[in-house]
Amino acid sequence: MSNRIVVPFGPQHPVLPEPIHLDLVLEDERVVEAVPTIGYVHRGLEKLVEKRDYKDYVLIAERICGICSFTHSVTYCNAIEHIMGIEVPARAQFIRTIWMEYSRMHSHLLWLGLTADAMGFENLFMNAWRLREEILDDMEATTGGRVIQGSSKVGGIRLDIPDEKLGEMVDHLKKIRPLLEESNRIFTHDQTVRHRMRGLGVLTKEEAWELGAVGPVARGSGCDMDVRSSGYSAYGELGFKPITLPHGDCLDRCLVRSEEVLASIDLVERAVAKMPDGPIEEKVKGNPNGEYFAFSEQPRGECMHYVRANGTKNLVRHRVRTPTLTNIPPLVKMLAGIELADVPVVVLTIDPCIGCAER
Amino acid sequence: MIEQKHTIIEIPVTGLLKKTEEYHTKGYRLVQIGCTPLGDRYEINYTFTNTSYEFESLRITVHDGDEIPSISGIYWGAFIYENETHDLFGLTVTGMNVDFQGHLIETRIPTPFKNPPSVTKVPKGGDAS
Repeated sequence: MSNRIVVPFGPQHPVLPEPIHLDLVLEDERVVEAVPTIGYVHRGLEKLVEKRDYKDYVLIAERICGICSFTHSVTYCNAIEHIMGIEVPARAQFIRTIWMEYSRMHSHLLWLGLTADAMGFENLFMNAWRLREEILDDMEATTGGRVIQGSSKVGGIRLDIPDEKLGEMVDHLKKIRPLLEESNRIFTHDQTVRHRMRGLGVLTKEEAWELGAVGPVARGSGCDMDVRSSGYSAYGELGFKPITLPHGDCLDRCLVRSEEVLASIDLVERAVAKMPDGPIEEKVKGNPNGEYFAFSEQPRGECMHYVRANGTKNLVRHRVRTPTLTNIPPLVKMLAGIELADVPVVVLTIDPCIGCAER
Repeated sequence: MIEQKHTIIEIPVTGLLKKTEEYHTKGYRLVQIGCTPLGDRYEINYTFTNTSYEFESLRITVHDGDEIPSISGIYWGAFIYENETHDLFGLTVTGMNVDFQGHLIETRIPTPFKNPPSVTKVPKGGDAS
């Protein structure tokens, strides 16, 4: 007869960049049940909306997360712009889209590096992060910030990217594309990676939908779900198609991300080719009055910003549902039945961002 | 500007489980449960979507002390939002499949997003009645 014991995992653990705690109920070495706890980095950012001017709050919305920061600010702006009926100029929409795709590339490369590190594949880790630096260089050159850009505002963007610089960015991406393809080949074919991740932490397509999985977690289980398909910002004009893989295991969640880096390069190239001329912002007058649910596709998946306003400069409510929060129930499902030694890799494959989840 | 289609349907608390069951039967995904404090009451939105990203939200209005039935028996993953609602707003959700007893989100100030108590302004030199 086997004994049941509870092993605490986290909040501090070598594979966890941010704190989450799991009580792992084990039978011998096998996980029977996982009970998560968060709350170690709850900052109450949503509450600040009651005290800050709704225009200044964009900068706080951006600081919800240090990785998908730009997408948070754009999603918040989208909500306000819809309530106020502001038509954002096309050039601003295109440049926002370019920066959102750069955010996706740097986030995915960060994650690919962390995953390689969790598997003990140090060279692959260093390679992924070296490539991420190339992406961050362009972000820094165009916005002044590596991970916090501060370049989105209600009504448009603060900074334009000159056409000459846009051309340089495309040339730069063309140069690093073969390096990214080489890196992807390692993730796809290397025996060590496949052995560590294939068939591990399986989430079927039905389970992913039923449990509310989003982002690469859902697409790695074959769900054709990506908010970019709805065409917000400039995505409607760029011919976007989601990347899905069928197995629902750790490897497919990894490969969806590695393929999405290349897809992001394609989107940036198309956005630059179609870049319209014109202003980069619309003047904003008055205060918002109404409510709107704005959705976007962050690197980690579908994100929702709910904004409720009453005609004053302070909002009544700003509610953010981040992808990590909704990916916790699927994680609990993935962990049941696996070996204790595999837990760190499976936890990592949802790309947990606890700062986001707790706000 | 691309408008993401979103329909909000206001329902009484007593109709929540039945309507949620209908969404589940239609194959909708639970997107989120979110609470908005509005002075003397709370609005809770239960958002669902189909594969075409047509969002629909069920909206209930509750007050401090009301009991909200859990939908985790229909959507298993709802426990994460329901525990969040309980921990941040101090609302009671009954019948959750995974109940953290207030320990999912541990904050220094208990239920930090709860509506503040109504304050009776006392005139100078007067007595509070």
